[in-house]
Amino acid sequence: MRTLPMAMAVLLAATVSACVTINIYFPAAAAEKAADKIIDEVWQLKKSGDAPAPAKPDEQK
Amino acid sequence: MYSQILRLWMAVLLLWMPLLAFAAADLEINTPAIGSLKTTMQQRHDQLAGHYASGAVGLTRNGLVAVRDATLVPLAQRQAVNGLVAAENQDRQALYREIARANGHPEWEDEIRATFAQRWVQKAASGWWYQNQSGVWVRK
Repeated sequence: MRTLPMAMAVLLAATVSACVTINIYFPAAAAEKAADKIIDEVWQLKKSGDAPAPAKPDEQK
Repeated sequence: MYSQILRLWMAVLLLWMPLLAFAAADLEINTPAIGSLKTTMQQRHDQLAGHYASGAVGLTRNGLVAVRDATLVPLAQRQAVNGLVAAENQDRQALYREIARANGHPEWEDEIRATFAQRWVQKAASGWWYQNQSGVWVRK
């Protein structure tokens, strides 16, 4: 009856490596949020404060 | 033996939970390098905005900008616009690289660039030009 602990150990290793993989996945939602924040500042779409002001086209004419 | 390993396995799973939560948290974008890139891009935008609106400059599908139709710019200004576009692209590349680096994953650069490419277009004013997925210029 040596195979059962062996199988568990393998499962454990697989679980841990899966967790590591998940941690390396690209956080798409967080990246989108970060991009929005930077774009709002660069294009000055929102004046300070978090009220979601309507995106105003930048001073064209 | 069996239950011991099972318990150890559960413990390892629990220990990893905070790390998983951390992975879902915000990206770090408050570094001096990112801050100064934002500032120069913000200042440059005052000069570029008019060219986005005229259609001379458009947003590319890879998160950069490009001269789309130089004839929309008076001859005397064309050189300046080329310079603006080149400088903007340099800053954008650096921005994507810096965000990836600041978060300890330089290999994320391309995905960050792709995310930005979508968001720039999403937030562009109507009338501005952008490249769709096939690289064709489209007016928003």
